[in-house]
Amino acid sequence: MNKILLEVKNLNVVLDNERIIENLSFQAVEGEILTILGPNGAGKSVLLRTLLGFLPYEGSIVWNQKLKVGYLPQGLNQLKVKDLPLTVWDFFVLKNPIPKKDEIIQFLNLVGLEKEILYKVAGHLSGGQFQRMLVAWVLISHPHILFFDEPTTGIDIGGGETIYSLLHTISKKENLTLFLVTHDLNIVYKYSNNVLCLNRKGHSCLGSPKEILSPENLEQLFGTEIKFYEHH
Amino acid sequence: MSQQLIITLISGIFISGVAGYLGTLMLSKKMSVVAGPLAHLAFPGAALALVFGFNIFLGVFPFVIIGAIIIWILEKKTKLPLENLAAIIFAGGVGSALLFLPIEKAEEALVGNIMNITLVEALVVIILSIIVFYVINKLYQKMILMNINEDLAIIEGTNVSLYNLLYLLSIAVVVALGVYLVGGLITAALIAVPAASAKNISRGLFFYKISAIIFGIVSTIAGIFVSLFFNLSAGPMIIVCGVMLFLFSIVFRRQVI
Repeated sequence: MNKILLEVKNLNVVLDNERIIENLSFQAVEGEILTILGPNGAGKSVLLRTLLGFLPYEGSIVWNQKLKVGYLPQGLNQLKVKDLPLTVWDFFVLKNPIPKKDEIIQFLNLVGLEKEILYKVAGHLSGGQFQRMLVAWVLISHPHILFFDEPTTGIDIGGGETIYSLLHTISKKENLTLFLVTHDLNIVYKYSNNVLCLNRKGHSCLGSPKEILSPENLEQLFGTEIKFYEHH
Repeated sequence: MSQQLIITLISGIFISGVAGYLGTLMLSKKMSVVAGPLAHLAFPGAALALVFGFNIFLGVFPFVIIGAIIIWILEKKTKLPLENLAAIIFAGGVGSALLFLPIEKAEEALVGNIMNITLVEALVVIILSIIVFYVINKLYQKMILMNINEDLAIIEGTNVSLYNLLYLLSIAVVVALGVYLVGGLITAALIAVPAASAKNISRGLFFYKISAIIFGIVSTIAGIFVSLFFNLSAGPMIIVCGVMLFLFSIVFRRQVI
């Protein structure tokens, strides 16, 4: 049994007078993949950003170890950099410390990109290429805990699968703890150890994918009937 | 070449180089439009200096700093677009200046006096330019990352509010120097135009920075010599040269993208 890495107790987050997260308590153990699932506006991204320390909160968030964090924010795409004269290489040079070129190429290959992309303008990449580059950008710092907020937005089906299986492999190999926000139930089922569900009414639930992804639970969570077929 | 011309050229090279460099950062933050209003905000400071007979730079500097901070706070509080806030600051600056500024002396605040700069003033310009250049260089990568995504910058260990403050101070120093040397009108152009030209022809950051600095310096040198040759005012000619370079950069733009 891995040791407990994170303990959250009675977490409340209020933004602009609106209570986004209400009395949330859960634990995460080292090396697990915890998926945060829920409808739009349920506070998934807010929870990630609160755990990262970007937002004010009430209650307690206790990290039992101080570890290096990697974060892939939601909605960061190639359009955000399209007005900048910034190549992929430049984008990696924004990191602190600046990674070595060999290592950058190695990580680009890892996410399925060729080294030629280094000299392309970041804003001219396709959505999927940019997202893969971001994954490499985050992983290259060798973080111990990853916060990925919908990391495969804009990536085609096969590509998304590649990135998740890559994350899965890396997290196994390096005993990474991964906090993941995704809407892709197949991915949740296949790769998560635990699922934390949040809905807009402040209810939450925590359990294995098998428990959480039952049709009744999903209907309660998303407020509409969702059929999810298990694949074996 | 007279000693005065050499002092003028060297001061011009330093101020336009650092303004061009700063401009690339401001353009990437979509803030280059703010330089104009800030430069105009310097007018009340210039007015006070002219009325009470002290150095224009000393009058201008606090006003520009306060203006930059006001814009920064207003943007955080109101979430209004920068260009909108800039328009308000612009109107406020020029309006209040016109109340006090003796109109016959207004020209100096508008187009500066780079041709009459003294050796001591030139030394101050050079030292401040080097300091600001160094600061901008230190800030640069992190500021770009902050523009792209502030959370990522924090994770990479950036103290966002400290960087923003240093950035604003850098803008204030460059604008104040620019107003003193080449006037409010031209300062905005010195910051905005070279960066725009550089962006037209650049794919990556390094070339973007270098070419903006070169465009700034070339337009200043050309502006000074052309104005001497035709016996015209130097400041406005610097803008004209900068805009000519910008037009050239548009021609080359297609080949880059």
